[in-house]
Amino acid sequence: MKKVFLLAAIICFASSIFAQSDKYKDAMKTNIALLDSIRGNGNGIELANKFERIGDAEKTQWLPYYYAAYSTITQAYAEKDNSKKDAMADKAQQLLDKAETINGKENSETGVIKSMIATTHMTIDPQSRYMTYGPAITAALDKSKSLDPTNPRPVLIEAENTFFTPEAYGGGKDAAKKLLDQAKTLNDNFKPETDLSPNWGKTAINYFLSQYK
Amino acid sequence: MQRVIFLSLLILSITAKSQVKISGKVTDNHNKILGGISISLQNSYDGATSDSLGNFSFTTTEKGAHILSASSTGYKSFDENINIDGNPLIVNISLKEEITALKAVIISAGTFEASDQKRASALSPIDIVTTASANADITAALKTLPGTQQVGESEGLFVRGGTAAETKIYIDGTLVNKFFYSSEPNLATRGRFNPFLFKGTIFSSGGYSALYGQALSSVLLLESIDLPEKASASFGFSYLAANAGIQTLSKNKKSSWGFTYAYTNLALVYNLIKQKLDYFQVPILNEGDANFRIKTSATGMLKYFGSFSTTNVAFRNQDVDSLNMKDAFALKNRYMYHNLSWKEKIGRGWKLNIGTSFSTNHDEINSELQDRNNVKQVLTNDSIFAIKNFNLENKGQYANAKVVFEKNLFSLNAVRFGGEYNYSNEKSFFALYNGYVYPQVIKENIIAAFAETDIYVTNDIAAKVGLRAEHSQLINKTNLAPRASVAYKFPDNSQFSLAYGIFYQDPESKYLPSINQLHFAEATHYIAQYQKISNQRTFRTEIFYKKYKDLFKTGITSYGAFSAINNKGFGDAKGIEFFWRDKKTIKNIDYWISYSYLDTKRDFLNYPFAIEPSFVSKHTASLVVKKFVTKLKTQFNASYTFATGRPYYNISYDYANKNYKIFDEGRTKDYNNLSLSVNYLPSIGKAKAKSFTVFVFSLTNVLGANNIYTYNYSANNQNKVAVTPPSKRFLYLGCFISLGIDRSQDEIDNHL
Repeated sequence: MKKVFLLAAIICFASSIFAQSDKYKDAMKTNIALLDSIRGNGNGIELANKFERIGDAEKTQWLPYYYAAYSTITQAYAEKDNSKKDAMADKAQQLLDKAETINGKENSETGVIKSMIATTHMTIDPQSRYMTYGPAITAALDKSKSLDPTNPRPVLIEAENTFFTPEAYGGGKDAAKKLLDQAKTLNDNFKPETDLSPNWGKTAINYFLSQYK
Repeated sequence: MQRVIFLSLLILSITAKSQVKISGKVTDNHNKILGGISISLQNSYDGATSDSLGNFSFTTTEKGAHILSASSTGYKSFDENINIDGNPLIVNISLKEEITALKAVIISAGTFEASDQKRASALSPIDIVTTASANADITAALKTLPGTQQVGESEGLFVRGGTAAETKIYIDGTLVNKFFYSSEPNLATRGRFNPFLFKGTIFSSGGYSALYGQALSSVLLLESIDLPEKASASFGFSYLAANAGIQTLSKNKKSSWGFTYAYTNLALVYNLIKQKLDYFQVPILNEGDANFRIKTSATGMLKYFGSFSTTNVAFRNQDVDSLNMKDAFALKNRYMYHNLSWKEKIGRGWKLNIGTSFSTNHDEINSELQDRNNVKQVLTNDSIFAIKNFNLENKGQYANAKVVFEKNLFSLNAVRFGGEYNYSNEKSFFALYNGYVYPQVIKENIIAAFAETDIYVTNDIAAKVGLRAEHSQLINKTNLAPRASVAYKFPDNSQFSLAYGIFYQDPESKYLPSINQLHFAEATHYIAQYQKISNQRTFRTEIFYKKYKDLFKTGITSYGAFSAINNKGFGDAKGIEFFWRDKKTIKNIDYWISYSYLDTKRDFLNYPFAIEPSFVSKHTASLVVKKFVTKLKTQFNASYTFATGRPYYNISYDYANKNYKIFDEGRTKDYNNLSLSVNYLPSIGKAKAKSFTVFVFSLTNVLGANNIYTYNYSANNQNKVAVTPPSKRFLYLGCFISLGIDRSQDEIDNHL
């Protein structure tokens, strides 16, 4: 009788642990699958909120905050109203700070988001803001590359920046092509650490490469 | 028994998994619907984001007591205890707006700000250097803004019916004496300071803060740059000047020092561009400056900036009293300026700003009457000609100190208070043709104390209230000047502001000493402003009324100089101004239009009664256009300024009636100036270029308008001579090279 009771208790306890951990993975996977749809449907903030709730509940996982920051800044890229962009970039920075605090250090992936945040601030008024944010964009990408030379995302973001920079400033489609090819090669060979680790970018690489056909 | 337990466990787990719907609506405290707000059940993944109608809905398997929270940037977070007992819950959420710098109304009446901070501003620092008519002179760029006059025969900013002396200029919080190069007759000299030294410019055309005083009309506040991004060396060449400098940056990026030196010689320019004056010493300037900037802590910054300059110039001009005579004017100037400032957060929400500056100025002026062969003529039997031969030596020493304590209260509310001390000691030696020397010392000590508070009721309503007290030792008088402004933001983000203030000023030293007891001149400002800054567009309009009281009246002293005799002057100024800037309507073209209407009269100095002063136009308008052509790597700038004719007077002493009288008056023709400038940046596009080069070409008065600023009269009132620009056009051609720092993307367009 006691044994049965104990067994039942153990089963309940264990299943709740597994359930908890499965719940985290399931929720993360469901939401990660939605990342690529942000640019199309404009649901970046909703998705960021979902990630942030997971982060708030888990407290020890940096990835939910990382993805919340990524979703927020991706939505900021798509935002047409310049007057809203600074606040979105600031929110992304807050989320990224939380991710870095939990993770204990910056890594190649957070560097990519940092550069996207700086880019968002800069595009609001490039003429007067370049001096402040321009060097930050480059520095964050360089750091990201040096922390993980196999990461395709800093190269993709650099390619994207180059793609939209006018030719006269050393940008343009042709200049971006080389970087896109490099990003594609890196992406084909990239092995994410876990199945929840950052692995986005393929859709964007393919989209930009399709512009050359 | 076992079964019962197992069954009950099973039931428990099933009920635990049953889902409960939680829904509601999110609004702000004004019942405005809020979309995009994150709602969450704390310590669970469950939650939702409110839709565009403010509605949210989600299901949860949680049970019992929980906290439902909602949060969004700019709002205070909302937490409510709820009990989930299996029934659907409806929770309506009302979020309270947080007062934040990003959202709050800006107290802006009377003020134009050029900054690259996040807050919306009408201008950016780069606008100052790319305004075509400015030729990289800060105050010249400000003359394309509403409220300023196109005075070309003397330096300074003439704002809303005020004289140039009614505008004071501050660098990093402390007063700058002799901001402009020493005056030359009928010429407007430039400001001494390079616009690239400053990262922020605030130009107030009235109603300004209690932190500043001794200016009846206007203040110009300049904020110097912080640590550079990179170390660099720079060189510049033009057909009138050459300069070189370095700026270092320590490895830990916490300190920096640098210096520059510039040599200017206008010999070549004056050979190529015909001057109306006959220069027997072309202007030669030697200028140097040095700086250091140290980050004393995470929040502290210590800055030093110092400069020196020497000027040497001499020219002849047709004498106004005799066609056979010329006036020869020679000026040698030495100037030195030091500014040391320290900013730090001292804990518990307190901020400290300390600034000091010290400057010296030395002018040696020689005036001669010469005949057609440029030979000095001493005509002692006619006092009008006799006094044209003189030497004047001015030695000025100036010291300023200012301390400001600032305490941040909740949200954006703050109190500020502190003190200011301004010292000046001006010695002059006026030596007449006959050897008589009139030495004179004017010493002034002004002590001021001020307090000010920023009050934010909500994001939509704010006020700034301040009080300033000043004591002048020179006139031995004390004043008390209240200042107040309020601002209200409409739901469409446009805003309305009001400003009021009383401003005092002591007499200008050139009208001293006085034989009579004087007191402060006084002005009261009333300003109403409507402003809308939206994405890429700015609209701003202001109406103002300024009442002058106790202005200084002058009389003639024994040797013919003006001297202040009483405070019986008065006047007023009223007007309306518009400013429109648009970067959106025409693709890749950025333009602004400003218009000022000014109706003013005053009785001061030697005016016999209240008249429209000779330094104002009723209507002034400017159009400034900027276009960057990516393919050519070139920025094209144009500016056009129009001002209606100014009144001019021949006011002389009427010995018969023993008073001043207007012997003649008139109005100049309208003023027109179209200026163009082109900046070519060939280094753009060379990725990671080690050097950056800019070529600058500019031409003023392209259309060759014959502008007349005013008229000078002969002593016998028979002859009048137009005062015009020194040359019809001015052309500038230069090249600037910067090594080590890539500035090529300064001018990057909006694509990235």
